[in-house]
Amino acid sequence: MSDQINDSRRSFLSKAAIAGSITIAPGVFLHQTAQAKPDDQAVSSKTRWGMLIDTDKCAKGCTGCVDACNNEHSLTGHGRPETDTQYIRKVSLVEKQTGHEISLPLMCQHCENPPCVDVCPTGASFKREDGIVLVDKHICIGCRYCMMACPYKARSFIHEVIENQTLSAPRGKGTVESCTMCTHRVDKDGIPACVEACTEDDHNAMIFGDLNDPNSEISKELKKHGGKQIRADLQLNTGVRYQGL
Amino acid sequence: MKKIEYTKIKGHSVPYYGLLAGLGFMILLGLIATWYMEHNGHYVTGMTNQIVWGMPHVFAVFLIVAASGALNVASIASVFGKKIYDPLSRLSALLAIALLAGGLVVLLLDLGRPDRLIVAITTYNFKSIFAWNIILYTGFFGIVGAYIWMMMDHNMYKFKKKVGLAAFVWRLVLTTGTGSIFGFLVARSAYDAALMAPMFIIMSFSFGLAIFILVLMASYNWTGRELGDAVIARLRNLLGVFVAAVLYFAIVYHVTNLYITEHHGVEKFILRDGGIYTNLFWFGQILIGGLIPLALIYAPAVKTCRKTLGLVSTMIIFGGLCQMYVIIIGGQAYPMEMFPGYEVSSTFYDGVVGQYSPSLPEVILGLSGVAVSLLLVTFAIKVLGFLPTSLADSIADPHASK
Repeated sequence: MSDQINDSRRSFLSKAAIAGSITIAPGVFLHQTAQAKPDDQAVSSKTRWGMLIDTDKCAKGCTGCVDACNNEHSLTGHGRPETDTQYIRKVSLVEKQTGHEISLPLMCQHCENPPCVDVCPTGASFKREDGIVLVDKHICIGCRYCMMACPYKARSFIHEVIENQTLSAPRGKGTVESCTMCTHRVDKDGIPACVEACTEDDHNAMIFGDLNDPNSEISKELKKHGGKQIRADLQLNTGVRYQGL
Repeated sequence: MKKIEYTKIKGHSVPYYGLLAGLGFMILLGLIATWYMEHNGHYVTGMTNQIVWGMPHVFAVFLIVAASGALNVASIASVFGKKIYDPLSRLSALLAIALLAGGLVVLLLDLGRPDRLIVAITTYNFKSIFAWNIILYTGFFGIVGAYIWMMMDHNMYKFKKKVGLAAFVWRLVLTTGTGSIFGFLVARSAYDAALMAPMFIIMSFSFGLAIFILVLMASYNWTGRELGDAVIARLRNLLGVFVAAVLYFAIVYHVTNLYITEHHGVEKFILRDGGIYTNLFWFGQILIGGLIPLALIYAPAVKTCRKTLGLVSTMIIFGGLCQMYVIIIGGQAYPMEMFPGYEVSSTFYDGVVGQYSPSLPEVILGLSGVAVSLLLVTFAIKVLGFLPTSLADSIADPHASK
């Protein structure tokens, strides 16, 4: 008898659970898809991803962003700094006239008109619709012309066999690579690892966001306080801007 | 001027096969060097993320530039109608193809992924001057190949002039493309100048002719064929004009940069503070590759001496390689000026002069490109009649029979 009651209770509960799931699920899924881009959906030019870096907040000697990037992309060095890959690096500046010191992170500036894309013979260097500049590792022939052309020295050539790669950032000997603005995170509604690390360290020197959205934090901050491009004379309209420079 | 007879060289002698074997061995060494570099990765070379193009590019660009210049002798005959150059046209076109092949082999084998050659020739980004160059190089083989055919086939001889004109225009465009590889680089202070294209054209005239003279004199000397003074005197005078023109362009390039404040840094680096680059510029490019050859070409005491002409040609080639080294590697070694007015430092060698010492495999790869060019010429003159049987004054000099 009690077994029969338990059976019918179980049956009722399982049906109720299914009915409940069907009722609630679309809302849950809709909420998720509204934020993250499905893998089969192309990126859109409605968005232009960018970064704003406040050099006054960038702590001298801190390499939080660099460490996070290296960790995210498994950029382990081989003890050969001249050939080891660096997506992002800390640059120290001392003004010759005044001695004023500035510290800033430098990486691919994700130009609107990228010289690396212009010069690449095969089109392996390309710019996504959302402004992120990448290398298609499948058709890069390793000619390094993009490295000659980049005004920011932002690219590295893979000088040796790569081991222990991460699935999200495949790399290969004999091709060129650079900052991907963590597309694997950004496409899933995340932020680049460097920005996350800077925020977690409570420096808040880096803001990531959509330059095309006037209501985004980055756009508001740029409108209020402005931001400079490195080598603005080249008119490349970089996606990475700096304050305090 | 009598009718020119072209004959194949016999090519049965021990020295001939010795030459083929020597060049073949050099190519084998080049392949081993390539395997070593590709297997391990480029970290075993002197190239780094700071100096991304090294010794292979010095050789490759030199050979490609010289290739179009080597065609000049044929162009002077067919386009400008100078008859004394006519018998030299076949060798000129052959050398042009051979030098281009040698240069491209080096360029290809230095790629990070040379196995992706098929990608390079099937996937084009038409905004890239590099992609354009791939088309220009391929076209050069086709047009100059056709040019040789027109010259050798009596039935097609009537088209020689037109194809020669096409080849001349194509070679000018090709070297414009090669110079523009550097001219279009806005990022680096040493490049970013439209002058690069015409400067490379003038360099090609000089380097190509110097190589042509050496190949011509060696092939006639080693095969016991007669090479008259008339041809030599013409080539020598032409070489003098080209060497002077290269010097002129070097002066214009540097004086222009010296006038522009933002380029003062790179000029100080190349002309005064650059160490190896400064030495190569003044002693290699200007003195050994320019002023001394110029003096020897026009000095009355040695004006007719062939050994001196051989020495002069060798010096021009050496000076040309120095010039390429200064342009390609010196141009990269000078730090990029991203933050004017600031002292810059980082873990990625920002703000410091890039360090580069060429590794042995790189040099071997470069030399094997030269060997490819010479092997092609050595082989081709045995299987087809590229060389006139005699270039004695009575035959080659159009004024001799008058």
